[in-house]
Amino acid sequence: MTVNVLTLTIDDQQVSAREGQTIMQVATENGIFIPRLCHIEGLDPVGACRLCLCEVKGTPKLLPACTTKVSEGMEVSTSTERLGEYRKMILELLFAERNHVCAVCVSNGHCDLQSMAQKVGMDHVTVPYRYPKLQVDATHERFIADHNRCILCTRCVRVCDQIEGAHTWDVMGRGEGSRVITDLNQPWGDSETCTKCGKCVHVCPTGALTEKGRSVAEMAKQRRFLPYLTKMREEW
Amino acid sequence: MSKVRVATVWLDGCSGCHMSFLDQDERLIELAGLVEVVHSPIVDPKEFPENVDVAIVEGAVSSEEDLHKIRVIRERSKILVSLGDCAVTSNVPAMRNPFKVADILKRAYGEMADHNAGTGPSEVVPPLLKRARPLHEVVHVDVFVPGCPPSADAIYYVLSELLAGRTPTPAELTRFGA
Repeated sequence: MTVNVLTLTIDDQQVSAREGQTIMQVATENGIFIPRLCHIEGLDPVGACRLCLCEVKGTPKLLPACTTKVSEGMEVSTSTERLGEYRKMILELLFAERNHVCAVCVSNGHCDLQSMAQKVGMDHVTVPYRYPKLQVDATHERFIADHNRCILCTRCVRVCDQIEGAHTWDVMGRGEGSRVITDLNQPWGDSETCTKCGKCVHVCPTGALTEKGRSVAEMAKQRRFLPYLTKMREEW
Repeated sequence: MSKVRVATVWLDGCSGCHMSFLDQDERLIELAGLVEVVHSPIVDPKEFPENVDVAIVEGAVSSEEDLHKIRVIRERSKILVSLGDCAVTSNVPAMRNPFKVADILKRAYGEMADHNAGTGPSEVVPPLLKRARPLHEVVHVDVFVPGCPPSADAIYYVLSELLAGRTPTPAELTRFGA
């Protein structure tokens, strides 16, 4: 099998890539970090969070690095001032949308949302907080789903479908009414499809899905399993 | 050179940010040579003074008294520092925000009371605002220092930069929940 090698520029750096790779993959291979929240290596990208939007010369639209395939001669900018402003704005909207209280969260210090805010320099939220009343589902024997902390990245939905094969998780509703749900919006503890594997908990970027019995800052996630499982799937 | 007039204020917070301020330890001696603390929970005068150079405010704006205070502070201060998550995000004080004030008071003073169950204080204690709010929703804020609490190093860095006439960017030293 032959693979076409492409040459392109990312942040003024000449890089080579294999045809079919995404901007995110090529950037990562070349030590260029692009902010992301919904994307995680090992799951299909969905381009939902918009944090990885990049500027591509010749295109007026901003393109998500996680889902955009590279092409010959492409000129990509990943960290312009404009992108920085958009990334801050996206994070502000995520923080304002639900009830994120880092100081008392089980995931404090291990949270992708929290660390991304620090990384892009989002130090306060300029839009009004919404303070929605949301449920905490503690019906499962091992895990808790706290919708106050969910950013709708759908990592749980994808890992459950693509890796575990159970498809317990899905999304219902639209806009501000969107929620991740188990089975047909039934309590997680009553789910007949959940295998209790815990993959959803460990790919969750925030404290939305956690193990029971964890106190503040105790919920560190273990994610090393994911690329291995994905690789195994490909080889089998 | 006259000393820089610094005020520290404690609104709806746990005083943890002030504890962290005191954790600057021996660096406080160095700061004492450069600043005059004109107002603080540990300084006697109760009225917020005029002509403050730097006001460092901990806590969210949760009551009518907080709202009055922060407006006076803003009016009388050149630089306003929002110190800690309660001031920056309203943090734990905002956990009541999805609920109505009357329901919260009923819960705290009625349902949870072992003795003298009532509906909450109606005199002396300032009424709660509908929601606990971060400072910058109410007044203009010049410097944001997230953290719960921000470390003594972060606070020292912010003060040092301000004293040197620069605008501090403490993002590397602190974050939400730090």
